Amino acid sequence: MPTTETYLAKSTDIAARKLGDETIIMSTLDSTIFMLNPTGTAIWEAADGNATLSRIIEEKLCAEFDVPLEQASADARHFVDELAEHGILVVSDHPIPQ
Amino acid sequence: MSLLEEMNQKATAQGIPLSAHLDITWRCNERCVHCYLDHHGKDEMSTAEIKDVIRQLEECGTFFLSISGGEPLLRRDCFEILEYARKLRFNVKLKTNAVMIAAKEAARLKQLGIEQVQISIYSDRPEIHDAITKLPGSLRRSLEAIRHLKAEGVKVSITNVLMKHNAASGKAVQQLAKEIGVEFFIDPTITPMLNGDRSILSLGISKKELDEVFRTEEFVGNVGEFCAPASTVDDNVLDGYSCSAGHTLAYISPSGDVFPCVQFPMPCGNLREKTFREIWWRSEALTELRSIRVRDLPTCSQCGHAGYCTRCPGLAYMEGNMRGPSSADCAKSEARTGVPSAWQLRSGHLSSNLVQIRLA
Repeated sequence: MPTTETYLAKSTDIAARKLGDETIIMSTLDSTIFMLNPTGTAIWEAADGNATLSRIIEEKLCAEFDVPLEQASADARHFVDELAEHGILVVSDHPIPQ
Repeated sequence: MSLLEEMNQKATAQGIPLSAHLDITWRCNERCVHCYLDHHGKDEMSTAEIKDVIRQLEECGTFFLSISGGEPLLRRDCFEILEYARKLRFNVKLKTNAVMIAAKEAARLKQLGIEQVQISIYSDRPEIHDAITKLPGSLRRSLEAIRHLKAEGVKVSITNVLMKHNAASGKAVQQLAKEIGVEFFIDPTITPMLNGDRSILSLGISKKELDEVFRTEEFVGNVGEFCAPASTVDDNVLDGYSCSAGHTLAYISPSGDVFPCVQFPMPCGNLREKTFREIWWRSEALTELRSIRVRDLPTCSQCGHAGYCTRCPGLAYMEGNMRGPSSADCAKSEARTGVPSAWQLRSGHLSSNLVQIRLA
């Protein structure tokens, strides 16, 4: 499970497109498809290799979606864990060059 | 509902061109006897123009991008175009005859994350396949390419287009696909040339051969269900439309012409004169196409096959009326069920003496 100090970046092994406020993502490795809801989309868009999960939670989820910090942290860590498991998100303890 | 269906529904509701088919050239190193294209290289878009079109598609929300031709690998910038599309995170499929794909090209396609390479194989016998492509050695080269792609882990699909020359080849090509470990599709339809020339339709398989295809379990699954589909024609059917062409699918020619689909050469605009966004949202032709529902089709809305017919509005357009029937699809519905379509009954294009009974 990632910590809130984990850095996030988008994998290059994916195809992705924003449809309205949602995002469709397909792994080019195993063709798994994900449809991200607006909060998932906010995390995805912010995953630029330089942002930590805690910053994304604070600046995107809590501020834009009016979610309490504790709930946002738990949901976001679970979300990142699942996407990292499928190779959709890259996670690291250090900034990730893009 | 699957995620893909959900995505299509959302794209339709929002008017997003979710899928685009981009022919980067009509030049080809094969000369397939049934091909619907002229093989000229006139007015092809430059690398910069094609990249700009791809960028515009990304802005409009396109996710699925088929790069095709002609033979796309005849363009020296084909890999540069594929790389650019992948950089913009498209799901990219490449339609190719594959004769120019060796180990190095297969490795590059894998590295780029191409979703699938789609290749036509007409027969497991070189004398038949090569007679159709008119390129000696083409079957051997295409099969070698498929093995290179498989070795790299690139997904491949084989389409077996049936015509007089190879009418009996389906099962053997399906077996070949199984042995190599790739997807297999069978396509019994020959389509007119985009320039309106219909002479190649004479190459199509006979009604008897089509009947046989539709009664082959390996091709259609449960024959009983396929040949006796549920025939309800209710408001859901009548309020629907024929296919995604012009709704969530766009076709772009090598010179930048936009059509609803590669089989639907209705001019909607040219990308050297207007942006894709302007054409997609403001073209009168597309607006008219999107307004058409099954209930607006004078003959097809009265046809008992309407609920499952594969009616192609592009083929209907090429027959002179996009609200009219597509006779090739009438023939398919008849071959499936043994019952003529409403158009066949009205026009006398009958090969059986059954009639449709419509309950009020």
